[in-house]
Amino acid sequence: MVDHAIIAHGAEWTIKHAFVYPNEYIYWGITIVMYPYMTGLVAGAFVLSSLYHVFGQKDLKDMAKFSLVFSLALLPVAMMPLVMHLQQPLRGIEVLFTPHFTSAIAAFGIVFTTYSIIVLSEIWFVYRQYFVEQTIALKGKTGSRDVFMRTLYNILTLGAYDISEKAVAKDHKAVTILAGIGIPVACFLHGYAGFIFGSVKANALWMSPLMPVIFIMSAVVSGIALCMLTYIIIMEWKKFRAILKKGMGDESVTVIAGVEMDVMIKASRYLLGFLVAAISLELLDIIFRGYTAMKSWDILREVMFKEDFTKIFILQYGLGNLVPFILLMLPRLTIRRLFVSLVLILFGVFMMRWNVVVGGQAFSLSFAGFMHYDLPLIPHNLDTYREGLFGALTIAATPFIIFWVINKIVPSLKKV
Amino acid sequence: MKNHVLRPLWVAIAFVALILLARYVLVPRDFGVQGESFTFNYHRAGNVQEWKDFPASYLGKEVCVECHDEKGTKLESSPHAIIQCENCHGPGKDHPETENPETMTIDRSRLLCLRCHADLHYSDANRADIPGIDPNEHNVDSECVECHDSHNPDLEDM
Amino acid sequence: MSCSRRTLLKNTIKGAIAASIPLSAFKFLSPAEVKAAIGDDKVRWGFLVDTTKCVGCGFCVKACKKENEIPYAAAVTRTWVERYVITKDDKTHADSPMGAKDGFTSPKIREEEINPDDIAKAFFVPKLCNQCETPACVQVCPVGATYQTQDGVVLIDRKWCIGCGYCIMACPYGVRFFHPKYKVADKCNFCYQRITKGMKTACVQACPFGARQMGNLKDKDDPVTQRIMNERVAVLKDEYGTKPQVFYIGLDHTVK
Repeated sequence: MVDHAIIAHGAEWTIKHAFVYPNEYIYWGITIVMYPYMTGLVAGAFVLSSLYHVFGQKDLKDMAKFSLVFSLALLPVAMMPLVMHLQQPLRGIEVLFTPHFTSAIAAFGIVFTTYSIIVLSEIWFVYRQYFVEQTIALKGKTGSRDVFMRTLYNILTLGAYDISEKAVAKDHKAVTILAGIGIPVACFLHGYAGFIFGSVKANALWMSPLMPVIFIMSAVVSGIALCMLTYIIIMEWKKFRAILKKGMGDESVTVIAGVEMDVMIKASRYLLGFLVAAISLELLDIIFRGYTAMKSWDILREVMFKEDFTKIFILQYGLGNLVPFILLMLPRLTIRRLFVSLVLILFGVFMMRWNVVVGGQAFSLSFAGFMHYDLPLIPHNLDTYREGLFGALTIAATPFIIFWVINKIVPSLKKV
Repeated sequence: MKNHVLRPLWVAIAFVALILLARYVLVPRDFGVQGESFTFNYHRAGNVQEWKDFPASYLGKEVCVECHDEKGTKLESSPHAIIQCENCHGPGKDHPETENPETMTIDRSRLLCLRCHADLHYSDANRADIPGIDPNEHNVDSECVECHDSHNPDLEDM
Repeated sequence: MSCSRRTLLKNTIKGAIAASIPLSAFKFLSPAEVKAAIGDDKVRWGFLVDTTKCVGCGFCVKACKKENEIPYAAAVTRTWVERYVITKDDKTHADSPMGAKDGFTSPKIREEEINPDDIAKAFFVPKLCNQCETPACVQVCPVGATYQTQDGVVLIDRKWCIGCGYCIMACPYGVRFFHPKYKVADKCNFCYQRITKGMKTACVQACPFGARQMGNLKDKDDPVTQRIMNERVAVLKDEYGTKPQVFYIGLDHTVK
């Protein structure tokens, strides 16, 4: 029976090669890979929603409602990996109580709270009329579920029952303002995550002023991609269900229409733009490092071009960037091709987070040794669950569960 | 007509007020900037004394020889005089006042002596001046202390 | 701009600012309170390592672990000793088995046998927390759980640390780790419990060869301070701007 009080945190999934300092381990594992990934999805989903609300991209109207609610579902999940990672999770609230503002992580408390307030407020303004209408529609109904929902909707109106044209117009104006303010805040929510890494001078791979910008670009990419992907899945499923029920020729099938291709093509143009920006910055970073050849270059080159070659060039740049780029650029885009591209892009952004977080710990501070992250697959204790595959799967599944619940209160998939 | 637009703002302010209230209750009074720099001196003041109060475990040779003066004298005239008693016997702590520890560790293993006396063939390190042996050759089945008195290891003196 | 929009924006901004200033985050104590809490400003602890004297016995590491209750079998340590063997082909072979808590008892470096005739030079380098003047680890702590005392030692508040590991990432020297039992960050604190009582640190006391010394850098008559001032000394990795306060005699260019 191993006494867990003597196992160093990180020792169970770190394999050291050559000369590594005694206290060095992979301390930031998959939970810290998931964190910027989830906040990136949050930021991207919000930006997509704002493209309609602020810049009036009318074709994106349905997507906008959906991505706004989905970004709310993603929000608590953004906090999950942090709480899972902390050695003292119950003390996590200290970031709100005694924030040490010289630390990028301290910004989390303020930024996350501000962003949550903006998203929740915006959803309130978007759905306030719906809440009021529901309180009217459910009046007099006696079923326990109906009573519960009516009470809930009453609370959610915050006492503002006026749904005259003037009042609703005010709602729309407020949405526009909040969507506008929310874009820089969403960017900040993710940009500071890039700053967390970019400002660590002790880490030769992370330390770069480009890091926050690279993170934001790839975050928007992942957010747009996830929204498009989820939207495709849901709309195609609805169409499929209608066909099953009523047969191909039925009128209701054509009414549902499934995914609108021109909306998708427009969204994918934005996607391509941000993708190109993200790749350019990352390549710029590598080229600069190779050219200036600082002390860390020898070990970084070993890590990038030998140890992690597959993860970086085949999986991230190849499958995750180049292939979807080609697929999206080719003419006559189909749902199938789009679907494949989106999945690959999401995978590519995940690999980028992995290659930064884990890649930065793949080499020792001695510059004369390596550490390999042996991802725990089947957990046998709390640590190997949290920093292992199943911890990541838990985090990945949660936004969909949350979305399923809140979509019952703020339905985002019906045609407006 | 009441302006309903500010309602979410009131909710947000209430939430922040709640956080500030929790903060007032849960954060110790002595938490703050204890010095000139917010960057380097932001902490809970009471922690400094907590570290000062951490119990020290190693006593030092002067304390050991208060009782073990014979061993001490023998040691002083040998090359091992430079070694602290507690290096081999472990920290004294409260010994022998309480049973902490009741008796000191006596480690007879070869590995203890090999820390210095394993010949690593480094001609320029200070280690080269220490008499060393090849642990794979020199009396491999015996403990060092079967022949060498650890408090006066020179075989000629015995 | 219409009236209601202006009012909305004005009120929003006012409300947001009012709600978001955590006032007591910037609480400053009175000078007297500060002095009482933080102690002596006539002391600034500094450390001197003489690598020409170190034989790699590892008694310092053993003493540190037992003094500071770092589980002996755990593969983390507040201080450690590195061994360097430079062979004539300009290759550097380095290791630190379990931080050298049991010394170096075999000439093999990670199972590699090195022919003694091939050795150009070999030496040992003890390392510990440099108690930097501008410590990066303190800068990145999100909650103020680690800090610098008035006498220059960087301490960790075990009751406040949330265990995020940012300080461990930020240290260029690799001296920080998670304590296996307390599940908070930990590192060498110059045996603060000892030096504030006039004792020597456990490692300084344990070293039979005088390879480790400690002194008060503010006292110009302190013998250790004198050596640092008058002899040729080096520090580890000064390019990070942390201003380390552990000085080395005989530090070779191959030391990582």
